[in-house]
Amino acid sequence: MSERSIRGKVAVAGVGETTYYKRGQSPDAEFLLGLKAIVAACDDAGISPKEIDGFCSFADDRNDPSRLSAALGIKEMNLSSMQWGGGGGGAAGVLQNGAAAIAAGYADVVVCYRALAQGQFGRYGQGPQVPYIQGERAFTSPYGLMSPAQMFAMKVVRFMHEHGIKQEALRALSMASYHHAQNNPRAVMNGKPLTEEKYDNSRWIVEPFHLFDCCMENDGAAAILLVSAERAKDIKQKPAYILGAAHGSGYRAAAPVHNSGDYPSSNFSTVAPHLYRQAQITPEDIDVAQIYENFTGGVLMTMIEHGLCKPEEANDFFQLDNLIAQGGKLPLNTSGGNLAECYMHGLGLQIEAIRQLRGQSTNQVKDAKIALAAAGPMVSPVSTIIYGTEDTL
Amino acid sequence: MSIIDPIELPVPYSVDEINREFWKLCSTHILHFQQCKGCGHWRHLPRYMCSKCGSPDWHWAPSSGKGVIFSWTTVHQPMHPAFGGKTPYASIIVEMEEGVRIVSQAPDLPIEDLKLDIPVEVYFEARTEDVTLPFFRVIE
Repeated sequence: MSERSIRGKVAVAGVGETTYYKRGQSPDAEFLLGLKAIVAACDDAGISPKEIDGFCSFADDRNDPSRLSAALGIKEMNLSSMQWGGGGGGAAGVLQNGAAAIAAGYADVVVCYRALAQGQFGRYGQGPQVPYIQGERAFTSPYGLMSPAQMFAMKVVRFMHEHGIKQEALRALSMASYHHAQNNPRAVMNGKPLTEEKYDNSRWIVEPFHLFDCCMENDGAAAILLVSAERAKDIKQKPAYILGAAHGSGYRAAAPVHNSGDYPSSNFSTVAPHLYRQAQITPEDIDVAQIYENFTGGVLMTMIEHGLCKPEEANDFFQLDNLIAQGGKLPLNTSGGNLAECYMHGLGLQIEAIRQLRGQSTNQVKDAKIALAAAGPMVSPVSTIIYGTEDTL
Repeated sequence: MSIIDPIELPVPYSVDEINREFWKLCSTHILHFQQCKGCGHWRHLPRYMCSKCGSPDWHWAPSSGKGVIFSWTTVHQPMHPAFGGKTPYASIIVEMEEGVRIVSQAPDLPIEDLKLDIPVEVYFEARTEDVTLPFFRVIE
């Protein structure tokens, strides 16, 4: 790859979120949730929604830019971009695409958004409820293997057995998210703390995942407004700059069924090096990490593949004390993340990374200057952004 | 005890021709995979070109039927109504001697005995009149 880099060229101007609801509890239609989050991001930045000229989304979001433009009264739309991929693998890639468009001069004010009302449009995580199965699923469904939780569990089982990683490591990841959610009034699991006993006694969904290893199902929307570094000088908020951005996956990473070469993987092994090269930093420079929890086992592999921990150190590293904002070695998922704040397909984790660099987190990491936010472990493509404060440029 | 209920459980139904051939060959009680005529590379799932050498030429070749347990998971919450009364059950991935991996079950292997690299061999069970599925048992 070349030496070209997005480093320092694009900044986050604003972030916006709706109230986060449990699945089915939003009083607003999904499209309205999206509008509210976008307007909130504009208010946060001090930029009129009419100035937006680019739209980026991911995960097959239903609320397309043409409808949004009409509703918002956008003067001209210059970018309409969708990041492919199932699940939330695009939650960082969506920002990468938006940033690239700004750097290329295609658009000036780009909103990256996700609106999701599972209660209105059906749930994720379910298998097809039919007796005759076609295509790839025909090779797994007859054996009782049909949901993402089940498919991903097999990657994690292999990884844990290869490296001797204990269940307690997954428990610590879950507890870190719940710990942080208790200080975050936006979090759906605020007021519902998790203890070791509660985790251990919770029901298995699919081993090695207990109930508390699995993301929630939610209704809501989130949006992030991107502008050029020059424009960022005039906004209301302290800008968070994109230092590096990468998405993708390795050789035949999605080879069906379970035939990928690098099988027990979060699929970041080829993505992370591009990220650090662009950002011109090393894993040791990361002050705080926000890692997409579809399932805790994916977080574990993601951190290892980003060089934040070695596999042989995992049992020592993945302990609650190391992962909390209040003095932990590497504070993780400081909003409560997908497990305990909201499952907005990971866009909330990107917002939390930005909040940490502004000094606005409800679990603020002291002097956080560089934040990493990764999306969608084990799917393809996966994506990550590294953000930095102005000091890091 | 068989965990297979021929009436309720999902069965493969393929509109795709090479997928259909894979399942049809299972009725011979010999597991077959595609093998590339260009480079000899084995592949699964069925597909139309070799991802290694790019050749479109291939044939169905008999597998030794032997492999090792590559990974597994124990399912407690069923995601399909037909599996509702059957939990907990284990789904497994077998890495065959030919190098390809296949998802199946080893119904006679107790869940608590599952570990990596257990040698297993294929056997077949008819699910319906038209569909026969491969399963695995431990090689003693």
